[in-house]
Amino acid sequence: MIKFKNSEITPENIYKKRRSFIKSIGLSASTLAMSAIPFVNKSLASERDKLTSYKDITTYNNYYEFGTSKSDPYRNSQIFKTTPWDITIEGEVEKPIKLSMEEISEMFISEERIYRLRCVEGWSMVIPWMGFSLSKLLSKVNPTNKAKFVEFESVYDPAQMKGQRYPVLNWPYNEGLRIDEAMHPLTTVVTGLYGKKLPNQNGAPLRIFIPWKYGFKSAKAIVKIKFVENMPTSSWMWASPREYGFYSNVNPNVDHPRWSQATERIIGEGVWAPRVKTLMFNGYGDEVASLYSGMDLNKNF
Amino acid sequence: MSKYSKTLVFFLSLWPIYVISYQIIFNQLGPEPVDRIINHFGEWTLIFILLTLSMTPLKKITKSVEWIKFRRMLGLFTFFYASIHMLSYVGLDYRFDFEPLINDVLKKKFIFIGFSAWLLLIPLAVTSSEKMVRLLKQNWKKIHRLIYIIGIFGVLHYIWLSKTIFFKPLIFLIILVILLLFRIKITRSASKI
Repeated sequence: MIKFKNSEITPENIYKKRRSFIKSIGLSASTLAMSAIPFVNKSLASERDKLTSYKDITTYNNYYEFGTSKSDPYRNSQIFKTTPWDITIEGEVEKPIKLSMEEISEMFISEERIYRLRCVEGWSMVIPWMGFSLSKLLSKVNPTNKAKFVEFESVYDPAQMKGQRYPVLNWPYNEGLRIDEAMHPLTTVVTGLYGKKLPNQNGAPLRIFIPWKYGFKSAKAIVKIKFVENMPTSSWMWASPREYGFYSNVNPNVDHPRWSQATERIIGEGVWAPRVKTLMFNGYGDEVASLYSGMDLNKNF
Repeated sequence: MSKYSKTLVFFLSLWPIYVISYQIIFNQLGPEPVDRIINHFGEWTLIFILLTLSMTPLKKITKSVEWIKFRRMLGLFTFFYASIHMLSYVGLDYRFDFEPLINDVLKKKFIFIGFSAWLLLIPLAVTSSEKMVRLLKQNWKKIHRLIYIIGIFGVLHYIWLSKTIFFKPLIFLIILVILLLFRIKITRSASKI
């Protein structure tokens, strides 16, 4: 499982060694601590759940603020300034708050969370994120009884973000969740990966990650979280409502007009590796399927 | 000299093969190698369609018939790269598993139109020889006008498969429109005379 090839970054190797060490001693104290997060440990066995390399995770990104090609975000984001950084939580709340990145990292302890990222384009990665449940952050405010959805707004800074100088999407990037989705323990505020600070091209300084939804739902470089009454229109819904639904749960049975969602290619597997079957809710069905009981997922795609 | 220029164009036209061979040998295909190979040949197919369509305008602009002798070769390279593009999709990506493939062709409009474009290239490749030109006479020209439709299909294929038209699909579209407008201009001025 350990691949040394291409890894110019030593910590990754140490990291993987550490992982196999943890695996070898079985349920150590640290894995016990981590098992509070569902699905982290049971996934280690199979081939498809092998960690994607640090290099692939940080050089193959969809982040249109920095350009539309997969290599653009790495290339164009290195000088992006993430300090100072404030996040406001507002909208249908009793008292809006504003938190700096420093305050957030003091308030919440980031833990390792290994989740599969499934892109709507039909590929997937397994990423050891560092983060904490969004519910912890949201509990800092009291939503009013009107609040039904949570909206995420990414930073708008065309001076630093080349891609925003063109009308590729409806800037700033906008995403949203139903409150129960946002409060789900799997919905993560991400502050790092591979035990390190979150790289700019992956959404630094702070992004969300929703493991059972297509990657674009997980907004990067968030500056505003807003409780709202009505279902928000995300940037991608705005761009093409027929293709991108509000829910965008990973679902092998509902095809995107352009990509079949039945299978996916695993990043880093090489030319001869076959596609693998995509799992319902990206494999997190046990944890999240109940959120959608009674809903027609073909209609609410 | 003219003999050498044709040979030169031939070896230059193999550029996409040199690039991909280099990338395969030196493991430079990136995290999604299958995708990379498919896209590489797809993009080069479009470039070769546009190159093929540029020869007549170049002839008019430079008032030199030299360009026309490359046209057939460039057209055949278009078919060559389109075939590799399609084969890598069918073989590398779907491993000749025809059930999801047929599903794709019928359900996804970008695959439908791309596949149609490839099918339309076949009669052009088959009738490309000097003998066929003589045999088909006036009909040859009519058949080979299919390249305009193929060009439109090819660019639509690219636009429809991209999440956004920015920027590469848009660039291809603009060049194609210019090259096609040139034809309208030619036929108009020709009909005036």
